[in-house]
Amino acid sequence: MRSLWRALGGRPVAVGAIAFLLALAIACVAAPLVAPFDPRAQDLSKVLTGPTLDHLLGTDTLGRDVLSRLLYGGRRSLLSMVEALGVVLALGVPLGLAAGYAGGWTDRLVSRLAEIVLSIPAIVLVLVVLAVVPHNEDAAMATFGLLGAPAVLRVVRGATLAVREELYVVAARVSGLSHPRIVIRHVLPMVTGPIIVQASVFCAYALLFETGIAYLGLTADPSTPTWGGMVAEASTVLQQQAWLLAPSGALIALTILACGLLGDAVGDAAGAYRRGSARDRTRAGRRSENSPAAHDDGNEASAALLQVRDLSVARSGEDADTRVVDRVSFDIQPGESVGLVGESGCGKTVTALALLRLLPTGLRVTDGRVVWDGANLMALPDDAFDELRGSAFALVSQEPQSSLDPTFSIGSQLVEVIRRHERISRAAARRRAIELLGLVELPRPDQVARSHAFELSGGMAQRVAIALALAGRPRLLIADEPTTALDVTIQSEILGLLRRLRGKTGMAVLMITHNWGVVADFCDRTVVMYAGQIVEQAETQAMFDLPLHPYTSGLLASHPSLSEPGRDLVAMPGRVPAPGTWPTGCRFAPRCRFAREACVGGPVALGTPEPDRLSRCVRVEELVAEVSA
Amino acid sequence: MLRLIGRRLVLSVPLLLVVSLSTFLLVALIPGDAARTIVGSSGTQEQYELLRDALGLDESLPTRYWEWLEHAVQGDLGRSVFGQESVVSMLNSRLSVTLSLVIGSTVVATLLGVLLGIAGALRPGSLGRALDAVALLGLAIPNFFLGLLLVAWFAVAIPLFPATGYVEPTQSIPEWLRGLVLPVVAIAVPGVAVIAKQTRDAMTDALARPFVRTLRACGVRRRSIVLKHALRSAAIPLVTVVGLVFVGSLSGAVVIESVFAMPGLGSLAVESTSERDLPLIQGVAVYFTVLVVIVNLVVDLLYGWIDPRVRGS
Repeated sequence: MRSLWRALGGRPVAVGAIAFLLALAIACVAAPLVAPFDPRAQDLSKVLTGPTLDHLLGTDTLGRDVLSRLLYGGRRSLLSMVEALGVVLALGVPLGLAAGYAGGWTDRLVSRLAEIVLSIPAIVLVLVVLAVVPHNEDAAMATFGLLGAPAVLRVVRGATLAVREELYVVAARVSGLSHPRIVIRHVLPMVTGPIIVQASVFCAYALLFETGIAYLGLTADPSTPTWGGMVAEASTVLQQQAWLLAPSGALIALTILACGLLGDAVGDAAGAYRRGSARDRTRAGRRSENSPAAHDDGNEASAALLQVRDLSVARSGEDADTRVVDRVSFDIQPGESVGLVGESGCGKTVTALALLRLLPTGLRVTDGRVVWDGANLMALPDDAFDELRGSAFALVSQEPQSSLDPTFSIGSQLVEVIRRHERISRAAARRRAIELLGLVELPRPDQVARSHAFELSGGMAQRVAIALALAGRPRLLIADEPTTALDVTIQSEILGLLRRLRGKTGMAVLMITHNWGVVADFCDRTVVMYAGQIVEQAETQAMFDLPLHPYTSGLLASHPSLSEPGRDLVAMPGRVPAPGTWPTGCRFAPRCRFAREACVGGPVALGTPEPDRLSRCVRVEELVAEVSA
Repeated sequence: MLRLIGRRLVLSVPLLLVVSLSTFLLVALIPGDAARTIVGSSGTQEQYELLRDALGLDESLPTRYWEWLEHAVQGDLGRSVFGQESVVSMLNSRLSVTLSLVIGSTVVATLLGVLLGIAGALRPGSLGRALDAVALLGLAIPNFFLGLLLVAWFAVAIPLFPATGYVEPTQSIPEWLRGLVLPVVAIAVPGVAVIAKQTRDAMTDALARPFVRTLRACGVRRRSIVLKHALRSAAIPLVTVVGLVFVGSLSGAVVIESVFAMPGLGSLAVESTSERDLPLIQGVAVYFTVLVVIVNLVVDLLYGWIDPRVRGS
């Protein structure tokens, strides 16, 4: 809580709002001392003067001082806010805590009741109250508080629900602390932030409401100064003296604004406080950027469908950019199937999204060249690039269900994509959609076309996603772990389907995976990535026969279906270093059992230990000699 | 879907009961002889007798409430204390004013709010911050004050619109529309702010969903992604908010009808409050609650229309 206040102190808006509200409260409470005039003193010789030296904010229709009336009127408005807020907190906080903490039928009962009360239009019930007890503003505001309590209740309940399962609360429960004490000592402090936000917002609404009923003349008699009543009075002389509207109206708006700003600032501060710890962690972890290894294999066969050269992607940070993908280069020939392999966090997906120009916000390509069919894609403006997506290359992603729009039917999504690429009628596109669903070997394609994503199994959804990707007849399919989220039997079905589709369409495939079975089954050539870099590249068969990088052999050895029978599975120790924490030398060295001093000296370049093979290992020759010896 | 509507209808019964019962209990809270208190010392004996009868003060509270309920379900909400007119006919004659205002302002708030929200989601930087500021201001200015400002500017200074009154659409549609502009704007502004903020958040959320990437990668244009796919996903949380804005605009109408001297349910509620015409104000409470129930039902139907998952279950 204390840190929340400290976080607020750094926000000028919050400080300003609190200062304004405090000053206003003090001025209103001290009105008898500070007000220049008696708020009821009439001076019919000075009516509607506008601002003068005597009357800083002018006088009203009866020559009364506007400033003094505002100060006295504020007493009533602020008192009303406090009354309503008291009722809201007294009801909303305990009930919300009880519902969230106890759960079960308490929760259901309280929540249902809150739902009912929340849909009562507050103003009519308050009007009934005012009809029963005329001009009783206390009763009106208490009723308003009663009707507003469910909003606070809901927020407190939600926050409590989240805290209830936290380890320390569970621990407190297990250690036998009584429930009320757990709630007061452990739960309440955690939900204070949301309560303050709600309280500020409610104060704003309460003041809006109070001035509204005062404006309607339902609360006080006309001689008593109220902010709303002053606006009402000004409205009667709108044509003679429009100024009179300004002081009361502006003061109401400013006070509400201050409450709202305070709520926003508390919400932000509470959020920032929670996020702060996470940010500190990443900042501590960020170290100096290492210079990437220079590597150029400029003139290769230009028949390549896709040439990627020195592609780098960085995440924009607060003070510096962090490189996520580091000078990646590879080619894909027409019809070829290339595997992109590595553990999670090596930059495989980011590389693919960079090729598609679909990087999430915060990530951007900083360097490199992508040549498609002989044309440099980097120079292409966005709308021209739009024309390539789907027809030149398309994407199949990991989570089949969430990669389909849940609100549109499968058929209508397919029709839209088809008509994006071909100028055909809706009916023809519909026929083509069903044809595509048949192509991906879905039984009863017309029925699938009518269904929605949530009605499909994972395997079916992935087939639909493949059909969507094929709709524009792409020459390169980027498949980002297309089988990872699926059951094992479905995995092989989808893989078989992709192989058959490749045969039928002759499209090239970039297969991103960490599954060597998929690689062995599907890929002509394989690229291995580690910590944002390519560490090895070879024909798949050659790589399986003799990996030329310790990371590759480590990955192969830890794969169950590929390791030699009778040999122990070797899990690689350690984990992939996060971007920004990459070692200066060989990035794999900390996990490599062959690492020597030479490995950590400086950046390691991609070498060519054998024709048509690349490896980023300084000891590759020694290691090969060792293995064959 | 049917279950959802059924649940909503079941839930609306206690809502109507809670509202009507609480108005009854409130009347019972009046100390001493409620009829005498209301009529006051200036009232005639005849008025007093009528009121005692109207409030059914000779009966016990449960009997009174039961009788009122019996009549209410038959469409009879009693008679006004002053004037003896039927409450239902008084309310019906004023319904069109309030409906014009409330529906008009909800439509305006939704259209403007959604447009601003989309713009904010697409340009989160400076435009987003400007949107936040405007939204905060829109929520902070009391509607009656805004209404008066609008009158001062667009009815008095530049006489584009009438400052007060209401013309039935059956008389003249252009005049009806002209008279609605200022009050509708005054009611709609806070709704615009709320909806714009919600749209911005929901759109930002929707645009980050994986299916957006898939469809983009298949070649679907950004315009279609934003206006068709993301907007429909964003509409799911938005419908609830629009429903709340409608309920809020009922409160707005109560005040704004008084500002613009429009003969609607809201101004009638205010008048009957100061006159302490209890049957009449009870009637307004029932009408408003029924409107809320209807809007909640419409919201549920919209859910089903937008979200196939709701329709399916």
